[in-house]
Amino acid sequence: MQYRKLLIIAVAAATTTALAAGCSSSKKSGGGSNDRGPITFVTGKDTSGVWPAVADQWNKAHPNEKVTVKQQSDQADQQHDDIVQHMQAKDPGYDVVTVDVIWTAEFAAKGWLVPLKGDLSLDTSPMLQGPVKAATYNGTLYAAPYASDGGLLYYRKDLVPTPPTTWSELISDCAKKTSSMNCYGGQFSQYEGLTCNAVEAIYGAGGSVVKSDGKTPDIDTPQAAQGLDFLVNGFKQGYIAKEAITYQEEPSREAFQSGKLMFLRNWPYVYAHLTGDANSQVKDKFGVAPLPGMSGAGTSTLGGHSAAISTYSKHKGTAYDFLKFIETPDIQDNVFLKIGTLAPVIKAPYSDASAIAKFPYLPTLEKSIDTAIPRPVSPFYPAITQSIQTNVYQALQGSLSTQQALKNIQEGITKAAGS
Amino acid sequence: MTAATGERPGSEGQVGAPQDRDRQRRKRRARASRGDSWLAWRLIAPTIVLLVAVIGYPVVYAIVKSMQLDKADAGLNPTTGFFEQGGKFVGLKYYRYWFNCNCPNGTNGHEFWPSVQTTIIFTVITVIFEVVLGTMMAMVMHRAFKGRSIVRAAILVPWAIPTAVTARLWEYMFQPHGVVNALLGTNIIWTGSVWPARWTVMIGDIWKTTPFIALLVLAGLQVIPEDLYESARVDGANAWQRFISITLPLVKPALLVAVLFRVLDVLRIFDLPYILTHGANNTTTLSILAVNELRSSQNAAAALSTITFVFIFLVAFILVKVFSVNVVQTQARTVKA
Repeated sequence: MQYRKLLIIAVAAATTTALAAGCSSSKKSGGGSNDRGPITFVTGKDTSGVWPAVADQWNKAHPNEKVTVKQQSDQADQQHDDIVQHMQAKDPGYDVVTVDVIWTAEFAAKGWLVPLKGDLSLDTSPMLQGPVKAATYNGTLYAAPYASDGGLLYYRKDLVPTPPTTWSELISDCAKKTSSMNCYGGQFSQYEGLTCNAVEAIYGAGGSVVKSDGKTPDIDTPQAAQGLDFLVNGFKQGYIAKEAITYQEEPSREAFQSGKLMFLRNWPYVYAHLTGDANSQVKDKFGVAPLPGMSGAGTSTLGGHSAAISTYSKHKGTAYDFLKFIETPDIQDNVFLKIGTLAPVIKAPYSDASAIAKFPYLPTLEKSIDTAIPRPVSPFYPAITQSIQTNVYQALQGSLSTQQALKNIQEGITKAAGS
Repeated sequence: MTAATGERPGSEGQVGAPQDRDRQRRKRRARASRGDSWLAWRLIAPTIVLLVAVIGYPVVYAIVKSMQLDKADAGLNPTTGFFEQGGKFVGLKYYRYWFNCNCPNGTNGHEFWPSVQTTIIFTVITVIFEVVLGTMMAMVMHRAFKGRSIVRAAILVPWAIPTAVTARLWEYMFQPHGVVNALLGTNIIWTGSVWPARWTVMIGDIWKTTPFIALLVLAGLQVIPEDLYESARVDGANAWQRFISITLPLVKPALLVAVLFRVLDVLRIFDLPYILTHGANNTTTLSILAVNELRSSQNAAAALSTITFVFIFLVAFILVKVFSVNVVQTQARTVKA
């Protein structure tokens, strides 16, 4: 009898586990737009250290609707997959999620994000328009941009007093480098950063990735080829270091920081490291300029993050207030910019004298973000970026011609949206 | 267990005639075995239920999914921009997609055959190296000498390090200005082109898992009776002959089990190349491809996982049949024979 009892318990336990795992998909979707209560905010690993401050301020003002910040991995891919898993399981525990600019369309098209219209509409007039566009899908705003990002050119002002504004100027400036350094570096490892660098080169020569409808590929053009050739020739002619084919953000920053690079394309976060890190060899020797282009100023791709309300949230009213809260000048300027050196999405901090004194690159960054072009806002973005990464990488290695790479991407984008 | 106790000579003392004894023993054994099998069933039932829940269910679910249309392939509603409903039965559509995709370079479909090739290359090369090095390590660990326990511990360290850490370690060493290039006096961009990138992954894997083979082979070595070597020595066999005619055949069962485990492991390798190279430069294995596809179409990824599963299953089956690997009993039988 002992055994039987044991057996029953074991079977019961096993079935409950199986049921618990299985039934999460049958939960009802969340509450209405006025429901309030504690919420969870999900975001990638807080490397800039801003969220404790934000949560503190919010919780003090809303003792009954506290926010809990859940941090994910520091890898964007894993953050994406984590959100996907919880959304597929219709998890009401993910009230507000951080959405990278490139995920908006995919999550919106899958019906996971609450559209910010009607009762939940957001005033976007104080914001920079680039980030707003990147959070908009099919004419509807789906997420509240809270931090932006734009590419910048870091240069050694001790060697190059005036930064280059075009690629040909940059290439001729390479002659001024010392023998122990390489000329230009960016992010050319096969990952999302390569997509950013590649599309910037393409935009910089007047090319584009997709037509204005956001879907039809438009990358197999002479302009795009000229743009991509800036990078391809860099590896061929040596103005880009051979080892840059392994660079992601951090290794490229380290190379510049230790004085091994004269020009570096990177994000604003690098500034704090170059000025603040003890091992920085370039503390007072570098400047920040807009990206150069083919025949004038270049164009950055738009980075950054937005916050979106999950369809399955049970406290959408509170979630909506939280979105408005992180758009306030106080949070944008005093927390995101001054604590985390994140790029604000509202215009005010960029002309704030005290902020500019602390972060002299702000006007340059505003220009970079203002003219930035988002990567394609498409629900099929994962396939699109993979096609760009693989083909551009092979073109940089020289195993694929620029023309062929662009042709493959053109076909890849068509295939992604068509099948 | 009960049956075994019944046969102990000591417990039979009080029984009289031999026939009686036989009959009684049979009866006892029958009763015992009936009770045994009941007990056995009841004892393993929780395990079976658990296995069905955590292995059977996901496998079947993946197969079912792989034959349904994924939401992400159902097209977009032109007005709302939302994906249409998926779930329609599509038969082997996704399997045909993998085997027979006329896809442009840079799409997952195009990557299928190259990733099969990469996976097989990884498996063959790493297992060969691991067997040779692992056997050598096992011989060293088997010898009695001063400081043996230190050597044993040192050899096992790589096996104890988590794969993610291993990957980061090697990534660091293989950097353009890293220690590997400095030691070799070379200037290779290890993760920047196909074969160096593949070797980076394979060296990491060999370093990490050779101790596993060494451990299993060591267990095999320890059951070889010492007198076999002694008589061979008396017969005038030299060290190499002793290795070829005694050690190798007797350690073979253990070695084959080790090889089987390793082959199955490398065929689904994911973490090491994913962290080291992110699948660039033709280091995308079948598992990495499945995870990449997961971001686009879950059901196509389910089909790919099923293909990988069947592939690994077949390889295991062939290995077991061809080499008659004895997974459960290892070397006990061979030694007795």
